Amino acid sequence: MISNERLTVRKTYKLYLGGAFPRSESGRTYEVTDARGAFLANAARASRKDARDAVVAARAAFGKWSAATAYNRGQVLYRVAEVMEGRHAQFCEEVAAGEGLSTGRARAAVDAAIDRWVWYAGWTDKLAAVLGSANPVAGPYFDFSLPEPTGVVAVLAPQRSSLLGLVSVLAPVVASGNTAVVVTSHERPLPAVTLGEVLATSDVPGGVVNLLTGDAAELGPWLAEHDDVDAIDLTGAPPERAMEFEREAAGSIKRVLRPPAGGEPDWTADPGLTRMRTFLETKTVWHPKGF
Amino acid sequence: MTHVLDPHALTAETPPRREPPTPYADVTRSESAFRAFLHGLPGVDQVGASSRVAMLGTRSIKTTSKAWAIDTAISMVDLTTLEGSDTPGKVRALAAKARRPDPTDPGCPPVAAVCVYGDLAGVAKEALAGTGINVAAVATAFPSGRASRAVKLADVRDAVAQGADEIDMVIDRGAFLAGRYLDVFDEIVAVKEACARPDGAAPAHLKVILETGELVTLDAVRRASWLAMLAGGDFIKTSTGKISPAATLPVCLVMLEAVRDFRAATGRHVGVKPAGGIRTTKDAIKHLVLVNETAGADWLTPDRFRIGASSLLNDLLLQRQKLRTGHYSGPDHVSVD
Repeated sequence: MISNERLTVRKTYKLYLGGAFPRSESGRTYEVTDARGAFLANAARASRKDARDAVVAARAAFGKWSAATAYNRGQVLYRVAEVMEGRHAQFCEEVAAGEGLSTGRARAAVDAAIDRWVWYAGWTDKLAAVLGSANPVAGPYFDFSLPEPTGVVAVLAPQRSSLLGLVSVLAPVVASGNTAVVVTSHERPLPAVTLGEVLATSDVPGGVVNLLTGDAAELGPWLAEHDDVDAIDLTGAPPERAMEFEREAAGSIKRVLRPPAGGEPDWTADPGLTRMRTFLETKTVWHPKGF
Repeated sequence: MTHVLDPHALTAETPPRREPPTPYADVTRSESAFRAFLHGLPGVDQVGASSRVAMLGTRSIKTTSKAWAIDTAISMVDLTTLEGSDTPGKVRALAAKARRPDPTDPGCPPVAAVCVYGDLAGVAKEALAGTGINVAAVATAFPSGRASRAVKLADVRDAVAQGADEIDMVIDRGAFLAGRYLDVFDEIVAVKEACARPDGAAPAHLKVILETGELVTLDAVRRASWLAMLAGGDFIKTSTGKISPAATLPVCLVMLEAVRDFRAATGRHVGVKPAGGIRTTKDAIKHLVLVNETAGADWLTPDRFRIGASSLLNDLLLQRQKLRTGHYSGPDHVSVD
């Protein structure tokens, strides 16, 4: 007798690390549930060694990504938005389930996330013009300042807004030429997993974005203390431990972006340039003037 | 000083063949006897070798054992630079790193040797004077070994005259694969003799590179190992590092078994040196486990086990810093070679 019933295909997602999808080195996974507590999928629970490997991958990718022309980076990031658009329905489903939103509101959040990505893609070749300057100096020099990427940036992504929040913290990091190691929302990692699949199938070089599903409280200290991480965004850190992470980050004089006061902000608001500016260094050149 | 173009070098009468140590003194009496001996060595179970190293590779080495393993591995490193673009300055920089691999930590042991091309052996010797760190020079038309024997021997004598403490020679893989085992044997014997110093001081140690990537099978690796040990090699070394695959764990297992069996039969210790492709601390520790479980703890000393590497040392240092400080270090905290 042939049954028409389908067996459920249960999903166990992996990490996105160096352009590949490995299991956690530790072999650990955890159950992801929807807002009501029903099982959705299994996600890999990244360990400190996965974080270490992600930093190695991000460091290896930094040279090429930061040296790519701003125009090229913009094109690559725009391509990501295109592929996100193709996965629109999947994102909506995951955001709705994870955040407990109605279909309409989930749809609005996904639209906003894709628009946010496009917005940042457009900024790549305008940053130097807006944040750089030709400086008036009292001497025979042509003096100008240019923004340059900071390096490898660890990002503890927002815990509540699983896609719009994630895009709002990730896009500004990579748009300016940094590479990122992201610890996703612990309870709502599925949109991040799908974003990893989007990144892998667009033109972003492997290692530019590394997505670790897992616990920010567990991975935060390792990333904060890591000597080869140049900056850390503590947005998704447990509020009571953000200070501790900041102190640990001081050991290697990292740039630190503190979590917003008063909890997660309204991600739909105009982001401004603050996040991009935080992960940029300023290089000033004094060029002797000829006669 | 023998000149490369010595007209007699090629035609000179060959001296009687040096005999291998007992109980193998008669195996080189003829080409066919030697072949019968080498082909009579037990065959290697390739699947068994792979599964054995895979099993040993799962050993978990943590905390104090790991700290010991890292320091032991550092002390076994032959810090190597074998590029056409090498300069005396680069060799001096490497020598400085060999003496103090981690300048931030005086407790870090020095490496075993610095491995360079023959023409830079003198520079390395001078830079390492008084440190106890050996200078190893590759010779015999490294890495291909495709030159006449006179040229190879001149290459060796030159490196020895420059002060090299160890000579890394390559075997003639063409002759070996064609089955001319006695040719290979005689050449190793001749090189060994060329390692002697005119002033009667201790001769340079001879490492025989089998270039296992070109020998294809583990059976051939076992034969080449025995051949090199019988001919008097002080070390057998896997590879030049110029051919892929270089040092793999199954190859190393077969070589370690060979030195263990050779010691049991003759009482002579021969060292093993995997080289090429060992880049991470994890790989290095897997090799140490393999040494301990195959040849035994007797071989866990730089006199009997070496690791030929360049980038491995930085990874060992990063792991060492991680153990010391409790947080991950980065490539900004070790030198760029």
